[in-house]
Amino acid sequence: MAIVGRACLILAFATCIYGIVASIYGARAHRPDWAESGRRSVYAVAVLASVAFLILEIAFLRTDLSFAIVASHSSTTTEWFYRAAAAWSSQEGSLLLWLWLLSMWSSLVLFLTRRRLRDVAPYATAVLLGFGAFFGGLLVFAVSPFDVLASPPQEGLGLNPLLRHPSMMIHPPMLYSGYTLFAVPFAFAVGALIVRRVDAEWIGATRRFALAAWFFLGVGILLGARWSYSELGWGGYWAWDPVENASLLPWLTGTAFIHSLMIQEKRGMLKIWNSSLILATGTLAILGTFLVRSGILDSIHAFGASTLGIPFVTLIGVMIAGSMALVVSRRDTLRSEQSIDSMLSREAIFLFNNLVLVAMAFVVFFWTFLPLITEALGNKVSVGPPVYNQYIVPLALALVLLSGIGPIAAWRRTTLKTVRRNFVWPLAALATTVVVLLVFGVTQSPASILMFAFAAFVIAVTVQEFARGAAARRAMAGENPLQATVTLVKRNRRRYGGYIVHVGMALLFIGVAASSAFQHAHDVVLKPGQTTRVGDYTIRYVRPTSAIGQRAGSLEKISFGAVLDVSKNGKHLTTLRPSKAYFPSQDASDLGAIGRFFEGEATSEVGMQAGLRRDLWTAMSPDISKMRPIIDKGDKAFAAIDGKVPPEMQAQLLGQALTGLVQRYRTQPPPANFRLLSSPLVAWIWIGGLVVFTGGLIALWPAGDPAMRRVRGRYAARVARELGRA
Amino acid sequence: MNPARKRRTRLVVALTAAVLLASALIYTSFSASSEAVTPSRLAHGAATGRAYQLTGKVANGSVRDIPGGKTFRVRDRNGTTSVPVRYVGAVPDPFREGREVIVTVRKQGNTFVGERDSLVTKCPSKFTDTTPQSGQQT
Repeated sequence: MAIVGRACLILAFATCIYGIVASIYGARAHRPDWAESGRRSVYAVAVLASVAFLILEIAFLRTDLSFAIVASHSSTTTEWFYRAAAAWSSQEGSLLLWLWLLSMWSSLVLFLTRRRLRDVAPYATAVLLGFGAFFGGLLVFAVSPFDVLASPPQEGLGLNPLLRHPSMMIHPPMLYSGYTLFAVPFAFAVGALIVRRVDAEWIGATRRFALAAWFFLGVGILLGARWSYSELGWGGYWAWDPVENASLLPWLTGTAFIHSLMIQEKRGMLKIWNSSLILATGTLAILGTFLVRSGILDSIHAFGASTLGIPFVTLIGVMIAGSMALVVSRRDTLRSEQSIDSMLSREAIFLFNNLVLVAMAFVVFFWTFLPLITEALGNKVSVGPPVYNQYIVPLALALVLLSGIGPIAAWRRTTLKTVRRNFVWPLAALATTVVVLLVFGVTQSPASILMFAFAAFVIAVTVQEFARGAAARRAMAGENPLQATVTLVKRNRRRYGGYIVHVGMALLFIGVAASSAFQHAHDVVLKPGQTTRVGDYTIRYVRPTSAIGQRAGSLEKISFGAVLDVSKNGKHLTTLRPSKAYFPSQDASDLGAIGRFFEGEATSEVGMQAGLRRDLWTAMSPDISKMRPIIDKGDKAFAAIDGKVPPEMQAQLLGQALTGLVQRYRTQPPPANFRLLSSPLVAWIWIGGLVVFTGGLIALWPAGDPAMRRVRGRYAARVARELGRA
Repeated sequence: MNPARKRRTRLVVALTAAVLLASALIYTSFSASSEAVTPSRLAHGAATGRAYQLTGKVANGSVRDIPGGKTFRVRDRNGTTSVPVRYVGAVPDPFREGREVIVTVRKQGNTFVGERDSLVTKCPSKFTDTTPQSGQQT
């Protein structure tokens, strides 16, 4: 099977090359048959990549240990759903996932536009196939997922325990879908610029793909944050790590793009800005992939130093140089048809919103790459999260405020009458929030107070817009309030979906502000019976727990944990059960039979009481050094009988020894390090995220036929107008 | 104002804003950054009290538990020079001997004291190239 997979990749690479040549020749020589052949190449690449990916997935699901990638990332005892996900835990598998997703999205967009954009599509096809050739080339010439082992091992190394989390099945595919989907508007922007067809049609054809990219990337980022919070034992959800930043960068510029393209559609403005934004977003998506692949920046998530750096740098260089050359050479064609009439208009607010988002992206980019920039200058330096926050907090405040002002500002010019009509209630909500917070003594974090107030403003704006829209529908159609609201949203999914997104972002920022500014954290060493405090809570280490985990008849892990009693004002609130799981080392034969359990991977099982008002979070780590003498004694005993007793008996004795060890932990526990956090409103980050993505889905959902006809009609009218002007 | 002049003005305003932001970032990078260093660079000479971002691998056999944290040595990625580190606080789950770590440290006497919550350990799944047992690639 491996040879078939490899053959598919070679064929996919060759097809990409052919498709690029055919598409460009078709476009340059005005030969639609060649352009059509280029488009079909994309479908062929999708089929070949699908077969290759399927073969890899089957190898993982069957635990075919003759595949080197399976032997090093899975095992017979790995659960089937983690076996399926293990494919993208490796460098090679994740690159194949990238190629497969790219080929599928490319096929979809080219199928949907097969009767439109006939001049732009061949160039877009060539660009998409260029990405395909790049990733196909890496899989053929640099890192093959289909390498086989001459002597397959009896058992594989298994999936890293840290990755055994439900998010592993969906977080990477979501991120990669986001990255690959951004390639679609990038490719069409390049095509539109090459043929100087910079009207709104290419935007109309790919807008949904940009929105889908934003949606998937956002889901991936949020899932990663949730995974980090619940699994990694440090209690945070965002660390400004280079790889986290790499996923945030295209999301920020993508968010700017899906806002500013509305200005181009409505008023024919910001063409240079929109082209530059989507070209930058596509480049940043590749940059994000590069940062993970190359290990060039020190990150917890990066693959190790690899040989992929040079090809990626070359690709990124070509993308930047090509994008700049295209935008500069087409600057006359990209000139706006109209200009901003007033700084108090919706288009001006959208532009400010764009500038804030781009400034955020610039700040994140600068700090992320500071180590590389300064290393090139001879003295490598870097900055930590407080420095990021110093810049991002004021920008986030401005962003939230603008997301409230934008929807109630009028197009062209906002008059005093409009201000009175639209701003009074939202401003009242803002002022009330500030007063209530100050009355309740919340004074220690001005930035958080402002964030709560601005979020209240955004929510009030949205409620007002929904209420007015529904009232208008009720007056026109006599519908009940619920019916009127549903019809309102259905008739203009994009607009009201967007408003829901704004509410979700406001909730998310409330959660971030509260949990950052008002968190209580405490690291402490406790023995059973001892008590400590975090915030208003008293926490007592009641008793230790321990267990041996088995899978498929073999010892999988040893868990040492604790039962913690949480009380407030002397009243029992809840019981938390954090623990630490120790997985045996797979690769160190010189370790002792018992000691190897404490030299492998260890994962924290967090004890958490989550609530709408506050999360109580705890992770623990026992002081294993206190158990070292007994572990060393056991290792010596097993070394002494090694080879002298049958393996079955040795396994039985090991089971008994480990059982004795975990029992001893319960009776003579060593002290343990506890991290205790009391974080207010964290749940609103996840709730806000869900609201954002509900709004995103509403905006993404295809409009019903009548609405679709209206939208298409508008595009057709605009295209006709612009062609008439040309 | 004619359109060409309007465009120029907008460009000048935008460029000024960008230059101001870039200047602020550069100023902060001088005032609030830590120098990223290898163990051999620190061993060669480090100023007491100054923050350094130390990058290297946890030396084998060097990890010891202390109340509330650990002591260990960080060695060069491709070398044997190492420096002692004392870290109080919870260490990340992937932390262990042989792993690549990044930690912000300050020199205190003969040891380097890690800043709480600054210890990062690379996710091991992402850089292992171990082939299980004696399997050989073809």
